Amino acid sequence: MIDELGQFALALALVLSIAQVALSAAGRLRRDAALAGAGEGAAMATFAAVALGFFALIHAFVTSDFSVMNVAENSHTAKPLLYKIAGAWGSHEGSILLWCLILTGYGAVMAASRRLPFGLKASAVATQGALGALFIGYMVFASDPLQRIGLLQMPVEGNSLNPLLQDPALAAHPPFLYAGYVGFSVVFSLSVAALIAGRVDPAWARWIRPWTLAAWSLLTIGITLGSFWAYYELGWGGWWAWDPVENASFMPWLLGTALLHSAAVTEKRGALASWTALLGIGAFTLSMMGAFLVRSGVLTSVHAFAIDPKRGLLLLVILGVAAGAALALYAWRAPTLKDEAAFTPISREASLFLNNVLFAAATAVVLIGTLLPLIRAAIDGTPISVGPPYFNLTFTALVAPALIVLPAGPLLAWKRGDLPGVLQRLWVAALIALGAAIATLALVSPTNALAACGVALGAWVIAGALAEAAERVKLFRAPWAEVGRRAAGLPRGAWGMTLAHAGIGVFALGAAFQGAWRAEGAEALSFGQTMHLAGYTLRLDQAGSLFGPNFEAERLLVHVSRPDGTTLCEAAPERRMYAAGGQVVSGVAICPTLLDDMYVVSGERRAAANGGSTFLIRAYWNPWVRLIFAGPLLMALGGLLSLSDRRLRFALTSRVGIARARQPAAAK
Amino acid sequence: MRALRRTALALIAVATLCAGAADPGDRLHDPAEEARARALFRDVRCLVCQSQSIDDSDAALAHDLRQLIRQQVAAGRSDDQIRTFLVSRYGQFVLLTPKASLGNAILWVGPLLVLVAGATAFAARRRSLPSEPQNLTAEEEKTLAKLSREKSA
Repeated sequence: MIDELGQFALALALVLSIAQVALSAAGRLRRDAALAGAGEGAAMATFAAVALGFFALIHAFVTSDFSVMNVAENSHTAKPLLYKIAGAWGSHEGSILLWCLILTGYGAVMAASRRLPFGLKASAVATQGALGALFIGYMVFASDPLQRIGLLQMPVEGNSLNPLLQDPALAAHPPFLYAGYVGFSVVFSLSVAALIAGRVDPAWARWIRPWTLAAWSLLTIGITLGSFWAYYELGWGGWWAWDPVENASFMPWLLGTALLHSAAVTEKRGALASWTALLGIGAFTLSMMGAFLVRSGVLTSVHAFAIDPKRGLLLLVILGVAAGAALALYAWRAPTLKDEAAFTPISREASLFLNNVLFAAATAVVLIGTLLPLIRAAIDGTPISVGPPYFNLTFTALVAPALIVLPAGPLLAWKRGDLPGVLQRLWVAALIALGAAIATLALVSPTNALAACGVALGAWVIAGALAEAAERVKLFRAPWAEVGRRAAGLPRGAWGMTLAHAGIGVFALGAAFQGAWRAEGAEALSFGQTMHLAGYTLRLDQAGSLFGPNFEAERLLVHVSRPDGTTLCEAAPERRMYAAGGQVVSGVAICPTLLDDMYVVSGERRAAANGGSTFLIRAYWNPWVRLIFAGPLLMALGGLLSLSDRRLRFALTSRVGIARARQPAAAK
Repeated sequence: MRALRRTALALIAVATLCAGAADPGDRLHDPAEEARARALFRDVRCLVCQSQSIDDSDAALAHDLRQLIRQQVAAGRSDDQIRTFLVSRYGQFVLLTPKASLGNAILWVGPLLVLVAGATAFAARRRSLPSEPQNLTAEEEKTLAKLSREKSA
């Protein structure tokens, strides 16, 4: 009953989203506030209807209603509740429903916002409605999440109990990723609306800022969660493989990063207006493309184009219609946009412009590298591979200059900057970077100059970000009371930027260090035998069998001791054999120190020459790997901190306004 | 998510079934030769896996390819000779680093074009810069300071 109600609600959502387009467009054309208001009402009603459908699916999963095909295929009675719920977005149909839920949710929030001017808002609500209609239509006609199955095919317990996907990070990964992907839809709609109006101005740039920040921060968290899951669950010791599916999520992030920075130029100086609008369209276009590439199955195997060709093609059509229409509008309107503010080569604008060029080029690297194998296969039938060697080299070559320039950017003045003055303020940071490089060469490895440069770069970015904050609060140059007052008075946006910039530095530091000095070892050990890795000693102590609810495991006990002989941990890697699916899964054992991981994986048992048995032990020493995941989280925190800035909530335009807004808060 | 699951399963299959390239039983005796072989492994695609190198994978085919490369390294053939041999046998698909060829040129030209376009736009913007703004006179500064005082009061 609830399932049918859910199906009905989703069909209703399609009708409502079409009504949203019609009412908002009519309201905009006739300048009729009542009509446009009805369009906004329709946007909220669409969200309510999709939410009802989503609730019905969650309900079906929680109650293990196997008459619903989606539940039968993707759930199991023995799953813990969290993973039953997460199963709702584990399938193609469910994830499209989640996408629609978030899309209409953002639309409803935008419709409820009272800050946007009439014309712009009506156009944006209509555009968001059109996006909603496309995706809800796809869901209703080609990807019904609540479809029933015949009584005879109904399983007793459900079919899927994939152990690897039962993981908290992976349960949370899709909602964050989609909240990020789809957050760019509002920026897309606002960009289209601004192009229709022919006005891309600082006020518009401020309106898109909270949406961009929210989408970017959530996407950062989503990608980090996915990477973290791949690191600790898959037993390969790495964290990023330039896998096409990873690239699909990375492209909107890269362009979103460019958008954040170009929107700042448009907001403060009115420059780069048409470029910002193009990025606003581009970020969501890449999000949709990511969804198409992953959903259609084009990417997972280059051998078979579109696992589900009908649906893959439909998604491609949706992508073509939405992005094509927006880009055509852009081509038509962009030349009429006013964009006159000029700047000198040494200015804040110029540094942000450089950031944008480099990030656009980095996006091009990932985009071309991901798509070229498909294109070559389609055009001349030559299968080629574009793998990590290409991405690592090209991507790093483009991002490293961006990181070198980064600390100077926020210190430069708008319009006309004073480079010698800025460099003077960065000498401490430069000294720290130099010190980091020398320390790395002296203490870790005198031969690996490239890695020392990477470490220096990370230190430079972190120290530079902190130097900028110190500069703002006049640290060491003013009495402590004034420093405290200044720190409290700084807008949260400024602190958010410092945090995010320090975060990318932390990430770069970790990536450089782990990339250069990770160590890997593998030995077949019998009991009592030891192997050595990065100064640590691993001794195989015992092996035992273990019976889980639905698996049988072989658990090893590996004693890990530090270089000085003290015990680091007793690692207990497992090899689990799941009878139902016939899968063998290794449970990785990670012994963390403050920054490093000793990562132990157990391999197969082998007969030894003396008649006993040996166990293959693989271990990875991942120094400073913690920074690789901590950095992006700092970046996301920085984004969310900026999002909480009062200026964004109250849309006050001047510093005077901010001061006034603060006073009542301080009085409380 | 089905696609994700498939990828995950493929990764798992290769990541967990065996010890991968580091299997001690297969290693070459000369550490320098083994290191050279390992470097080559990272550039060779496991043809039956999904976007993985034979260094990461332990599908049976990846194991065979590793042994093949180890034999050739031990026989003293150069990296280029081994790569050429692999390509003649399996096609360009087998190498993870795309060959520098006309069909692949876009890989390097594309990002470069973005950089050039950026530089051009930057130069154009610089040319359109209006003449140096005049500094405010002392009197104007005073008026401005007075105005901003009034506003913030």
